[in-house]
Amino acid sequence: MSGRPRLGLRTESIKSLLRLERFPHIWCPGCGIGTVVKCYAEAVLESGIPIEKHVVVSGIGCTSRAPGYIKLDGFHVIHGRAIPFAVGLKTVRQDLEVTIIAGDGDLLSIGGNHFIHAIRRNDDINVILVNNFIYGMTGGQYGPTTTIGSITTTSPYGFIEGSFNVVYLAAALGANFVARWTPLHTKELTSAILEMFKVDGFALIEVVSPCLIYGEMNNLPPLEVMKVFRDRAVIDHDADLSKAYIDLRDPKKPIVLGNFVRRSRPSYQVLARELIKRARGG
Amino acid sequence: MSERISLLTSERAEEWLLKPGVYFMQGNIASAEAALIAGCRFFAGYPITPSNEIAEHMARRLPQIGGYFIQFEDEIASINAIIGAAYGGVKSMTATSGPGFSLMQEGIGLAAMIEAPVVIVDVQRAGPSTGIPTLVGQGDVMQAKWGSHGDYEIVAYLPNSVQEMFDLTIEAFNTAWEYRVPVIVLADQSVGQMIERLKVPPLDEIKVVERNAPTVPPEEYLPFDSRYLIPPMAVAGEGYRFHVTALTHDDRGYPSTSHEVSTKLVTRLVRKIRENEKVIGRYEAIALDDAELVIVAYGITSRSALRAVREARREGLKVGLFRPITAWPFPYWGLREAVDRGARILVVEINMGQMVRVVREHYSNLVDIYFMPWAPGSVPRPHDILLKVKEVYGG
Repeated sequence: MSGRPRLGLRTESIKSLLRLERFPHIWCPGCGIGTVVKCYAEAVLESGIPIEKHVVVSGIGCTSRAPGYIKLDGFHVIHGRAIPFAVGLKTVRQDLEVTIIAGDGDLLSIGGNHFIHAIRRNDDINVILVNNFIYGMTGGQYGPTTTIGSITTTSPYGFIEGSFNVVYLAAALGANFVARWTPLHTKELTSAILEMFKVDGFALIEVVSPCLIYGEMNNLPPLEVMKVFRDRAVIDHDADLSKAYIDLRDPKKPIVLGNFVRRSRPSYQVLARELIKRARGG
Repeated sequence: MSERISLLTSERAEEWLLKPGVYFMQGNIASAEAALIAGCRFFAGYPITPSNEIAEHMARRLPQIGGYFIQFEDEIASINAIIGAAYGGVKSMTATSGPGFSLMQEGIGLAAMIEAPVVIVDVQRAGPSTGIPTLVGQGDVMQAKWGSHGDYEIVAYLPNSVQEMFDLTIEAFNTAWEYRVPVIVLADQSVGQMIERLKVPPLDEIKVVERNAPTVPPEEYLPFDSRYLIPPMAVAGEGYRFHVTALTHDDRGYPSTSHEVSTKLVTRLVRKIRENEKVIGRYEAIALDDAELVIVAYGITSRSALRAVREARREGLKVGLFRPITAWPFPYWGLREAVDRGARILVVEINMGQMVRVVREHYSNLVDIYFMPWAPGSVPRPHDILLKVKEVYGG
């Protein structure tokens, strides 16, 4: 990966990318989403892409509130539909750098069909998926990434379903860029976002994030989760993703992080432009 | 008329558009060609009978004009994709039928809430549920108006010919972009799939409405400026750096739980159509002047009803036809004069009673209103309607 961004020097200019009039924000103390916003803002400033060409899209949930605090063209649409909205926008406006910031429930449960098909089509969009293992905004119900045995408001006796290993899923579907970081790994996360901007095709970063709501029910308060990230993180860009599922509650399970997948499958949007040339006989 | 520029090149798209002249064309295809003339450059859809010809035609024609066609994973993706494209400043549409239209309802509510101009062609088929996919129905009249939760207004057109599939699709785009609302072309299987004469006028005789873009600098721009009934619309990438949310929002586009903000927003969303209902609403009145009985019918049913009116007249019965061309807003004022004269009303539609409720809402306390329900799957014949006319005419 190319040179790391000059972190810390950007605090003042990041403010220019925030809607400070809307602060304080809605996120709980200890939540990881604010850090993701900061890393995204840094990457936007560092990207060299004109600010007005960056667009941020989200669905519904805690993470999906992010565009409301970011001073870009931002679209906070309905639950699960950030991806199709973004694909429509990006397809007709390929001059834009379209990034989705949304949560695990939004993108993988109600929006799961769009997630798999956007990767199959290889739409040229960036997705930052903040995975906090739970539906936080609605009060703590289980979701598609909740780990087995977890206590949630809708699994009071322990969660008995399987869960998605997000990076394995995205890699298997053929995404051009797949990474996983945590809010503890801000430099790596910002660098990964910068790399994502350069990818033609579907790019995914899963950000494994602490959540007060999940933590309260599973004896994993946010600070403990940050310690888990510190103590159990293993950075392995070549990791076997089939074994890289996350279980914060299992003390023996490493948190595998890295920039796992880099492919150069042409994006749908590039192929669609070529198709237009063919249709016009050119 | 504005220039129609291809997205990819500065080349004008005119040479690829349907040439003026007389054609023998299917309704669905006429709707697709009209959309291209209206400036549509993005189509998103999912296969469903009996609307498929629109998607198939767009898949072939849009790339020629420099536009994009995507067959999405479902109707939910399709409606949300065209809303995203509209906020990219590109005219966009989808086409579907009953089951797909049901799936799109949440997205239609989104478009209404964030004031995204989009066009949805709903080629109605027999329902409920899967029903009879290949045969006609008119069961989506209420769904078009009330299908999504909350309070909002939409516009829905009721074509009754291939010519109107063409004309009203263009008008649907114009209305969508003028009022920033989702607009529905509420066709039916018969009108969508029939083949008949179409006259395409010269392009410079076709009115095409473009986006009302903001003229103020970004720091002064309010995306949902309530000083306007219909605020100017910025699109992504122009430097306005505006925020859009489907939450109840203030003039800045910021979410709010204030009742004052909710009142201001929801009131404006309905006012922009209600206060313009007589500008938007349209109808056709045939032989209404001396009519003692007025048939209200729309879409394919209106063509049977017209024949019934002629036959009734031949037999000396003073029967007229009132044909709403917009279901929503419902052009109730067009019936006023006949009602004031004491004419009674017979509503005929291919459902168990939808538009008749609206007619009753306006006139049931003034005149007798009769209803002829017709189950979906066929069009009532002129003879069927005439029998009903004779039954109620004597009163």
